[in-house]
Amino acid sequence: MITAVRKPMEEIIACVEPYDRILLVGCNECVSVCSAGGRKEVALLASALHMHFMKQGKTMDIREMTLERQCDPEYVEELVTSVDGADAVLSMACGCGVQTIAARYREKPVFPAVNTTFMGASERQGVWSERCQGCGDCVLGITGGICPIARCSKRLMNGPCGGSTKGKCEIDANIDCAWQLIWDRLKALGLERRIEDIMEAKDWRTSRDGGPRKIIREDLAS
Amino acid sequence: MKTESRLEKVLASGALAVTSECGPPRGAVPEKVKEKAELLRGSVDVINVTDNQTAMVRMSSWAAGILIRQLGLDPVLQMVTRDRNRLAMQADIIGAYSHGINTMLCLSGDHPHFGDHPMASNVYDLDSVQLIQAVVKMRDEGKFQGGKDIDHPPKMFVGAAANPFADPFELRVMRLAKKVKAGVDFIQTQCIYNLDKFETWMKGVCDRGLHEQVYILAGITPMKTAGMARYMKNRVPGMDVPDEVVKRMESVPKEQQPEEGIKIAVETIQRLKEVKGVAGFHVMAIEWEEKVPEIVEKAGLLPRPEV
Repeated sequence: MITAVRKPMEEIIACVEPYDRILLVGCNECVSVCSAGGRKEVALLASALHMHFMKQGKTMDIREMTLERQCDPEYVEELVTSVDGADAVLSMACGCGVQTIAARYREKPVFPAVNTTFMGASERQGVWSERCQGCGDCVLGITGGICPIARCSKRLMNGPCGGSTKGKCEIDANIDCAWQLIWDRLKALGLERRIEDIMEAKDWRTSRDGGPRKIIREDLAS
Repeated sequence: MKTESRLEKVLASGALAVTSECGPPRGAVPEKVKEKAELLRGSVDVINVTDNQTAMVRMSSWAAGILIRQLGLDPVLQMVTRDRNRLAMQADIIGAYSHGINTMLCLSGDHPHFGDHPMASNVYDLDSVQLIQAVVKMRDEGKFQGGKDIDHPPKMFVGAAANPFADPFELRVMRLAKKVKAGVDFIQTQCIYNLDKFETWMKGVCDRGLHEQVYILAGITPMKTAGMARYMKNRVPGMDVPDEVVKRMESVPKEQQPEEGIKIAVETIQRLKEVKGVAGFHVMAIEWEEKVPEIVEKAGLLPRPEV
């Protein structure tokens, strides 16, 4: 999923302060799962903002809405009447959702209430970790199902580096060394010899280095 | 004077400056750098050394710059932010300055897509505006970009590029203003063929008083053939070659086209000399460096001032 964390209150307040009527929009997808911008977080942020502005002696009209999927124009269309009644939109979706709103409602200011963080997986209750950087040319099949691009701090393709200590990364003892994990997994799979296969210099064109990416499925595109 | 740069001294003297460029070789052939630089001796004040231009690997600009410095000529270290992060760039700036290179040009650089390593990762840790800020901070505050003190800070005369012809046109003066705000000392523009549009841009620059805060060197590239004119018009992003320039190149027989190209370049300089805010010329004769002295002479820009 795409993970996110809510921005600091002061930053959110500074964005919406100049307005009187805010449309606060959550998303039922990833940010809901990682408890950053779903229906519940929308309600919490709305009351926190109400409280703040009440203390300032200002009545802020905040309309709450949570869409099924904010990165989908079909659902963003549902905002059409509510947007009219608002001076600005505050979005709790990831950057994709914010931009879908900005593209649809060109003359309405839209502000992000969360920082989109990474593509990750849930480790346990309340803990998410980065797992994928969307390089566009997956190597998990040869690295034992552990991504060195997302999980090695140097994104080494032929690690580990000399800084690997007791299975941890040199930059932070709380970070697992991806190449230790890869090695452990290759051993478990009986594929130790794989570690000596040189991974050649990567073609980064399939990643962001090749410019903004787009998928066109001729069989589906209208 | 902020620096020991020859370019700064020429510009401060009020004379029109003349700069040119030399693209380093795609191999370990130092003689090639020296040959190209010698062609420019006496005709220009400083020589830009390009940095992996068009995203093709070449001898590094600081190394080629040192070769030029050893000839007693003055290189301008071009630096693109595409290939190195801020650590590497600051290290190279200190290194180059330690070898007597005191003038540089801050660029973002062509995307790897255009070169012969399209599969390469692009760095862009900083962009060109941020690189200007970093070099100015190194010089004026004696601090690295990260904030720590530098022991003997490099004193670079800092340049940047401007393209008056790219879209959206209405942003072009503002983008220059942003580079000025970042502290840039001089600007070398994209090659100019659409003089009317360039003059419109210069007027916008002068209206904001930017010409009093930065030296603007007008970019001149002589065309060798009508084919080159068509290529630049149709294939080079951000280039504005009006139809009449292409037609003029096509109107003469092939063997006279180089001469016509030089004539156009000289006439362009003559006209732009009169434009308010133009502080000099950047003559980029791509793989045609031997023609630079002729252009500079015909344009009445010789002899170069002793500073």
